[in-house]
Amino acid sequence: MLAYILRRILQSVIVMLVVALVAFSLFRFVGDPVSTLVGQEVTIAERETLRDQLGLNDPFPMQFASFIARAAQADFGISYRLQQPVMELILARLPATLELALVSGLFAFFFGVTLGVYTALNRRGWTSSAIMTVSLIGVSLPTFLIGVLLIWVFAVELQWLPSFGRGEVVDLGWWRTGLLTPSGRASLVLPAITLGLYQLTLIMRLVRAEMLEVLRADYIKFARARGLSNRAVHFSHALKNTMVPVITITGLQLGSIIAFSIITETVFQWPGVGALFINSVRTVDVPVMAAYLMLIALIFVVINLIVDLLYFAIDPRLRIDRSAVRH
Amino acid sequence: MPRPGHSDAPSDQATAPQPSGTTQARPQDTLRRAWDSDLAYSFRTSPVALVSGVVALLIILAAVLAPWLAPQNPYSTRDLILMDGFTAPMQPSLLGNVYLLGTDDQGRDVLSAILYGARISLFVGFSAVLFAMVLGITLGLVAGYRGGWVDGLLMRIADVQLTFPSILLALLIFGIARGMIPPAYRETMAIWVLIVAIGLSDWVQYARVVRGATMVEKNKEYVQAARVIGVHPARILTRHILPNVMGPVLVIGTIGLALAIIAEATLSFLGVGVPPTTPSLGTLIRNGQSYLFSGEWWILAFPAAALLALALSVNLLGDWLRDALNPRLR
Amino acid sequence: MTEPLLSVRDLVVEFPTRRGTLRALDRVSFDIEEGEVLGMVGESGAGKSITGAAIIGLIEPPGRIAGGEIWLRGERIDTLPPERMRRIRGKRIGMVFQDPLTSLNPLFTVAEQIIETIRTHLDMGEREARERAIALLDQVGIPAARRRIDDYPHHFSGGMRQRVVIALALAAEPELVIADEPTTALDVSVQAQIIDVLKEMCASRGASVLLITHDMGVIAETADRVAVLYAGRMAEIGHVQGVIQNAEHPYTRGLMGSIPTLTQSADRLVQIPGAMPRLNAIPDGCAFNPRCPQVFNRCRVERPELLDRGNGRRVACWLYDEAGVSGPGETAGERTGSQDG
Repeated sequence: MLAYILRRILQSVIVMLVVALVAFSLFRFVGDPVSTLVGQEVTIAERETLRDQLGLNDPFPMQFASFIARAAQADFGISYRLQQPVMELILARLPATLELALVSGLFAFFFGVTLGVYTALNRRGWTSSAIMTVSLIGVSLPTFLIGVLLIWVFAVELQWLPSFGRGEVVDLGWWRTGLLTPSGRASLVLPAITLGLYQLTLIMRLVRAEMLEVLRADYIKFARARGLSNRAVHFSHALKNTMVPVITITGLQLGSIIAFSIITETVFQWPGVGALFINSVRTVDVPVMAAYLMLIALIFVVINLIVDLLYFAIDPRLRIDRSAVRH
Repeated sequence: MPRPGHSDAPSDQATAPQPSGTTQARPQDTLRRAWDSDLAYSFRTSPVALVSGVVALLIILAAVLAPWLAPQNPYSTRDLILMDGFTAPMQPSLLGNVYLLGTDDQGRDVLSAILYGARISLFVGFSAVLFAMVLGITLGLVAGYRGGWVDGLLMRIADVQLTFPSILLALLIFGIARGMIPPAYRETMAIWVLIVAIGLSDWVQYARVVRGATMVEKNKEYVQAARVIGVHPARILTRHILPNVMGPVLVIGTIGLALAIIAEATLSFLGVGVPPTTPSLGTLIRNGQSYLFSGEWWILAFPAAALLALALSVNLLGDWLRDALNPRLR
Repeated sequence: MTEPLLSVRDLVVEFPTRRGTLRALDRVSFDIEEGEVLGMVGESGAGKSITGAAIIGLIEPPGRIAGGEIWLRGERIDTLPPERMRRIRGKRIGMVFQDPLTSLNPLFTVAEQIIETIRTHLDMGEREARERAIALLDQVGIPAARRRIDDYPHHFSGGMRQRVVIALALAAEPELVIADEPTTALDVSVQAQIIDVLKEMCASRGASVLLITHDMGVIAETADRVAVLYAGRMAEIGHVQGVIQNAEHPYTRGLMGSIPTLTQSADRLVQIPGAMPRLNAIPDGCAFNPRCPQVFNRCRVERPELLDRGNGRRVACWLYDEAGVSGPGETAGERTGSQDG
């Protein structure tokens, strides 16, 4: 078990190093760092001194090492566009993104599992077919279009919910939350649904497929043959077995939710890191792009790790099978 | 054993029917057989496939024929009548002109904009899929055939790439490419950058499928035989192995087309896609969004409906194709 | 004669498919007496497992019982509402499946699975049920049952898991146990042990057994009577010794010929040529006629019903029909009255 965890951590570190290399190459090779720092009138000689000072003339491995060292201290330099430390910019916007991701993740998980179980158990019912058809449309709908349509219906036509921003926020130390005010919660509804809908359909289809598979398993037949009630067979036996792969994939989806928040944040003008990133892509603000890349990679790697450990907790078969690699 | 000089004949013999599911040896045979039998039958009897096939075909035709079909050229300022701006669908404008789907702020006919926009969306979509397909198939063939460290490296890259959502990758690639292109060329190059960004973010699936099939096929006797008589590896790969994977590749490609269209629309909507001078469906929706609150709903609604119809019909076609070619997945 | 524990009458099971309806069981009738072990043999696809599933009411949809009756101690059970039937499953009819590796839910401990079964059917508290579960595991021969009961299924070997499955099937003291190929998936070395455990557990409780297998050896050692199925139809049924020593249906003879036993000389090891017909291509007349060495015209036209051959033996073969026209000469000697029953 310990060896397994250590190996997974080592793998994570390697992934992070690879991503760091990409991020560093961004810094180093996309545009000239010197010309983004100084004006046109600076002489070539002065530029050279600056290059030396910045370490841009050092050998590549040394530059990379110092990049990693700075990244480890969360130092990604100054944003070209906003002229502020990148980490400050990101930290100020992170709570907004995390709150949005978490709420839509919970929304997607809860409804995804419920609808998935329902459609698996009532496979031939017309409600199930209706849900499946709608979900197919949901998968085909681009996220931004869902957002725009929700705004149209609920903000423009019905005027029930706000269409942009976070509403009133409350500062809890450095964490600025919108969950504690009515307008903050109202502002969260449409973005959370927009962001969660795609994941919801994914989870629903996954739960349905897994559950149908599990319901065909011998141990389910045997459970029925033992005379257990439908309730026990479906919700105790089948659901538990269904959830093992579902939890893994859902956990991994949380990372995607954070990444997809780029789109939702743009649609709803949500002041999070995704909106920051998209603006940095538009203006080729390399430090912010690099930092965002590292942040997302870190989140993905950490989530992967947690999901793997969770797997151990749920599936007793893996507890003895230490070296089990599920890929 | 025939002499190496006449490698044509033996390779034909070697290609002769290899029973491996629905996708079989020679492409022309495969197509013919498929058309005569199950696939065509399945298409004819599936209402979903028929409807989405017709819808997709209509949209593609309309987009291709846009210059002849569209009432006006939305890119030409000469065609635009500013006075006709914000005309509602089927209502006469101030000048008495009637526009089927209304006009936008500059008096641009929404229908024409959609037709030209779909043209761009489809061009980017098809090109990106083609790019991803060629790249993925090539890398998959090489990885599967060579094995060893080449395979290891490619598959690790694929693994890492699969961990991240492709839209994020596309954004990143787009950002990097923009950074490397001098600002003067950014606008003109944008559409190609977009194609490369979407294509690069989507090659993994093709590579995986092709690699898997290659690893299976390369150990089969007919490939071994071709090898022994000295057929060039590239020829073995293209003539003998590639036809075996065309079925799955076609399925991935169809679903990939829907994804690429959505990706293009998303990037354009985010303002990092095609330049505003050549609006795609995504750009039109981005523009339309700002008029929702002032009541000009048609500027948003019709492009959105067109995008939805296109993405949905291609997606459904892909789903149907997957089921039809591989009944086990049902 | 006293009322049998289980009585199956003209059971028909059908599976509607796109290419028409398949008849998996075609008018199968048999009884199981109190405390008796009835062996059921046949090739894969002959309908053995479907018979078991039909009795316990677990035929997979779209399959369905299309005709016939199933009586359990005088109560008709094939038409019971689902909830009533559920209460019979596990409580009055227990079932043992083929593969112990997949019969147990991997995510639940053995204790959880046995206790839940006991408490579903018997009015018992958690603690009492647990004691009973430990006792059951002890009886089926799980060493250190008290300690091992909280282990997960994957901690047990295949043979041990099948013991757990038997304990589960018998947890609520059923009157009938259906064992569907209980040893097929196991190591040869433990097959005999498992059969012994099953036999002993049922015998000590007076439970009857329907032992489904394709292994005539197991039948010979375990069963009191044996029923032979072919293409969803009953070919022959009778006391084990009688059937083994003097099989009357040509198919049964072939079946006996295909197992080597010490009492039979090696030259009787024959194979039946051909294969059992698929369910969508059963020939007219006797289903066995294309493979039968003693086939004659009537076999190709008219389906033989089970004929009572006395001494509990019943055979579905025109060779033994005294009213039969133009047999191939080789008609069997002694025969008694032929009533239907």
